Amino acid sequence: MAGLSLDLIALQLFAGLALGAIYVLFAIGLSLIFGMLTVVNFAHGAFYMVGAYVGVYILMLGGSFWICLIAVPLLVGLFGVAVERVLIRPLYGRGIDYPLLLTFGLSYVIVEFVRIAFGKTGFPFDTPEILQGAVNIGVGYFPLYRLFVIGATATVLLALWLFLEKTSFGLIIRAGARDPQIVRVLGVDVAKVWLIVFGIGTAIAGFAGLLAAPLQGVIPEMGGTILAEAFVVTVVGGMGSIGGAVLAGLLVGVVVSMTSLFAPEMAKVSIFALMAVVLIIRPQGFFGRAGLMS
Amino acid sequence: MNEKITKSGSISRRRLLTTVSTCAALAVSPFRINLLQAQEATIKIGFPVPLTGPYGTEAQDQVRAGQLAIAQFNDAGGLGGRKAELVVRDDKLNPGEAATRTLELVEKEKVNFVVGSLSAAVQLAINNVTKERGIIFNSISQSDAINEAADFSKFTFHEALNPHLTSGAVGRYAFSKFKKVAFLTADYAYGHEMVRGFLEVGKAFNIENLGDIRHPLGTSDFSTLLPRIQALKPDILCISNFGRDQQIVLKQATDFGVKKTTQIIAPLLSHASRVAAGPQAFEGVIGGCSFYWGIEDKFASTKAFNDAFRKMYDGKLPTDYGALGYGGVRTVLTAVKNAGSVDTDKVIAAMEALKYDFYKGPQYYRKCDHQSVQSVLVIQSKSKDMKNESDVFDVISTDEPNEANLRTCAELGHKS
Repeated sequence: MAGLSLDLIALQLFAGLALGAIYVLFAIGLSLIFGMLTVVNFAHGAFYMVGAYVGVYILMLGGSFWICLIAVPLLVGLFGVAVERVLIRPLYGRGIDYPLLLTFGLSYVIVEFVRIAFGKTGFPFDTPEILQGAVNIGVGYFPLYRLFVIGATATVLLALWLFLEKTSFGLIIRAGARDPQIVRVLGVDVAKVWLIVFGIGTAIAGFAGLLAAPLQGVIPEMGGTILAEAFVVTVVGGMGSIGGAVLAGLLVGVVVSMTSLFAPEMAKVSIFALMAVVLIIRPQGFFGRAGLMS
Repeated sequence: MNEKITKSGSISRRRLLTTVSTCAALAVSPFRINLLQAQEATIKIGFPVPLTGPYGTEAQDQVRAGQLAIAQFNDAGGLGGRKAELVVRDDKLNPGEAATRTLELVEKEKVNFVVGSLSAAVQLAINNVTKERGIIFNSISQSDAINEAADFSKFTFHEALNPHLTSGAVGRYAFSKFKKVAFLTADYAYGHEMVRGFLEVGKAFNIENLGDIRHPLGTSDFSTLLPRIQALKPDILCISNFGRDQQIVLKQATDFGVKKTTQIIAPLLSHASRVAAGPQAFEGVIGGCSFYWGIEDKFASTKAFNDAFRKMYDGKLPTDYGALGYGGVRTVLTAVKNAGSVDTDKVIAAMEALKYDFYKGPQYYRKCDHQSVQSVLVIQSKSKDMKNESDVFDVISTDEPNEANLRTCAELGHKS
C-alpha cells in the first residue's frame, strides 16, 4: 500500500499512545487491587461495565456527562466497597485462588443482572457535544474526545500518585501491602485500609467504563474484551506495579497501533505475542516483584 | 422403593428386578405412546441464533419475529390442529457451539425443521449437521458459500440475501458516483465474500481499489486503523462488518472525521445496530438491506407484517433481521400446510413450488440452490426528520428481484 509518510507514522504512534491511555486507566485499578490485596479481581471488567451503565442512567435522569465524571466513580466505588466487605473479606488469608474464583463468578452475576435489568441490547452513548469532532495535532486530525481521555487518565494517575506517595494514609496503604502483620501490630485497622483500596480500584474501573462509553457504546459484555487486554498489561508491567501498568499500557497501545499499520489482521494477536516475549525474558514483568503470586 | 431394597438385603435383587421390569413395561406401553403423541402434536422448529455476543441485538429480533410467524400459524389452526413451536437456542456466534446445539435440537428435541443462524460461518456449521441428518434448514443469514454445490444439499434453503446480491446492489449504486475505494473488512467469510462481490461489480465501473484493511471479528477499537485509511484519501470507504463491530467502527470513524472527506458505504446496514448506536454514528452512511419497515407504503404484505408485529410487541416495528426470522419460519410452515404433512421430501417440494409475498414483495426459491430470489433495498441512514424511533433510513434505490443478479447455477457448480 502506498502513502506511508512520516506524518502517518507519527499519527499512528500517537493513536497508539491514546489507546494505551485507555488500557492504563483500566489496568491501574486492577494492578492497585492486586498489588495491595493480592486479589486477582476478575470482576474488574464488570465494574467497568457498571460504570458505563451508571453513566447511562444518570444521563437518563437528566444529568450531564460532567456530573457523571464525579458521580460514576463514587457510586461504583461504593459498590466495590460493599462487594469487598460482604464477599471478599471472608476470603483473605485463604490463598490467591479463592477471591479469584469468587470474582470470576461475580462478574457473571453482575453481567447477567445488567442484562435482566437493562436488556441485552445496550445503549448509545453520544460524545458530549463540546468534545465532539477532530482537531489538528500537527501531524493530522485526531478526535478531541480521545485527547480528553488522555488528559483524564493523566489526572487520575497524578491524583493516585499524590495520594499514595504524599499522604499519610497512602503511607499506611503501602506499608500494609508490604507487611500487613506489622501494620496491624502498630494498631492500624488493616481491614479498613483494604476496604478503601478495593473501593478506589473499582472506582477507577467504573470511571474507565464511563470514559469508554462514548468510544464504543454501552453493552453488558463490554468488560469482557478489555479484561483480557488489561491482564496482558498487568502481566507485562508486573503484577501489582502501578508504574509497570502505566508503561506496559502505553507499550501495548503502541504495539497494537504499529502492527495495525503494517499487518492489521495481526493486531489482536500482537499483544499476546508481546506478553509471551516479555514472560520469556522477564517472567515477573517490567516492575513486578518476584514471588508475589506464590 | 429404594429404601426397601437397601433395608432387606437378601430379596433386594428380586425386588430390583421386579421394579425394573415394571418400569420397563410401563415405558413400553402408555408412556411411549404419550411421547409419540407429543411429537405428533407439535411441529417443532429449532432456532439456533447468537443471542449473546456482538450480534445479540439482531438475534433477539429474529426470535421475536419468528415467534410471530409461529403464533399466526397456530391461530390459523395449525396443520389440521397440530400446533407449531419455536425451540430457541443460543449458538453464541460460534460454529462449534452451533453444531452442538443443532445436534441437540435434532437428537434430543426431535425438531422437524431448523431455521436460524446469524453468521456466514455458523450457518455452514448448522447446515453440515442438518444435511447429514436429512433435516430441512432455512438459513436467515448472509452467505455465498451456502449456495455453492459443495455446501448445498436438497435440505438447504436460504431465505436471506447473499453477499453477492447485496454488494452488487450497493456497489452498482455507489460506484456509479465514486471511483476511489478503500475497504475495511471483518476478517471472516462474511467480510471476504462482501469484498469479492464489491470488486466483481466494481470492474464494470472501473473503480480504483486503494487497499483492503482487515480487522478481527469483535474489535472494540478502530482508532489504530482509521489514520491509515484516511491517509489513502478514498472517495468511498467500504466497511464490511456487522453488528457491534459496525456500530463501533461507524462511531469512531465519525469521531475521526472520516465522513468529512469520504462517503462511507456498508454492504448491509443493520436496523438494530443503527438504533443501538444512535443517529450520530450512522448519519449519511449508505448500505443495503433485505427489509425496511418503511416500504409498507409499497407492499400490502409489509403493512400486514408490521401491524401484526406492532400488535404483538407493544408498537415496536420489525427490523431487517427480524423480518428474516419471520420469513424463514413462515415459508417453512406455509410449505408444511401446502404439503399437508411434515414429511421432509413433501415439504421440500412445497417450498420449491412456493411463490410467496409474506413481508417484502414477491419472492421464490430458485430451484438449483434454493436461494430466495428477492429485492435488495439500498438505504441511507438519516439523523433528521425522524417520525418515530424506527424511522432511521431512507430507501434511495431498489434492486428488483432478478435471477440475473445472482451467480448462475453453473457458476455455483450445480448441474442443472
